[in-house]
Amino acid sequence: MAKKSTKDRLSNEINAGSMADIAFLLLIFFLVTTTIVEDKGVLVKLPPWSEEPPDVQKLNTRNVYSVLVNAQNQLLVRGEPADIKTLKDNAKEFIMNPKNREDMAEKPTKAIVSMKNDRGTKYETYLEVYNEIKAAYNELRNETARKRFNRDYEFCTSEQRAQIRSEIPLVISEAEPTNFGEE
Amino acid sequence: MGKFSKKRGKSSPAISTASLPDIIFMLLFFFMVVTVMRDADRKVSVTTPKATELTKLEKKSLVNYIYIGKPIEKLQALAGTKPRIQLGDKFADVKDIALFLEKHRVKVPESQRGGIKTSLRIDKDVTMGIVTDVKTSLRKAGQLAVNYSAKPRG
Repeated sequence: MAKKSTKDRLSNEINAGSMADIAFLLLIFFLVTTTIVEDKGVLVKLPPWSEEPPDVQKLNTRNVYSVLVNAQNQLLVRGEPADIKTLKDNAKEFIMNPKNREDMAEKPTKAIVSMKNDRGTKYETYLEVYNEIKAAYNELRNETARKRFNRDYEFCTSEQRAQIRSEIPLVISEAEPTNFGEE
Repeated sequence: MGKFSKKRGKSSPAISTASLPDIIFMLLFFFMVVTVMRDADRKVSVTTPKATELTKLEKKSLVNYIYIGKPIEKLQALAGTKPRIQLGDKFADVKDIALFLEKHRVKVPESQRGGIKTSLRIDKDVTMGIVTDVKTSLRKAGQLAVNYSAKPRG
């Protein structure tokens, strides 16, 4: 038997010229059928539904931080018109009550934020307000985590995070919207 | 004088295309990894508002999407100009939401049903009336984990 020469073996190579064509085809397929989806958002837990209207608990008004938004997208915070930019710091002061004022929360576990809007309020404004309140809570939790565990809230273990969450619970109550300005 | 051998006319060196498939494959893998199959055609135009407290949605299979916005130009003759709800690939009303949620739920294995989230993709100019109706019907259906879709701000 004649020895198989290396020349024979070389000529059996697969012609790779068409690999580029196949790759182009697949690439164009993916370009056409897919999108880069934005999938981030503000995570919210809705309150469970109950047929009876919520009982008007004997809430101490000092523990309630009310934020009202009307159909013109203006804010009324605890009876005073306010700007969205001051909302976060204002809320933080209310929850922690560092100066122990009589008109602010007794302690963070009792603080309740109540939001009420109109059916004509823009969703953008609503989300901005919700975002600022959530940011206030997140910053407070971060500060507590740094003081106690020397690291940011998101890097704490789940027990540490549960502990901080029980000290600074996120309680936002949303009332039925008024109906003055719906289009 | 040395012999000058007449150089043949220089043929420009051919560019080797041996690595072209590699480049294309790299691009291909990038797209395969970064993108997802497009959702059903959008019938409403949605520009989500901006926010800072954002969390990423894990596990796309456990997420159902509700779109609320004004119908796109082409369909305005059909569906009007007021904001509407789109569930999946058709227009819908508030009362169709419970059925839509149930249809998605049966597709998810029993053990993972607790992790189902609803992503609300709402245009920023929509008024709260329709949003509140949608939220109420979500609460009635027991779907409490909700994500307001938003773009990062700043």
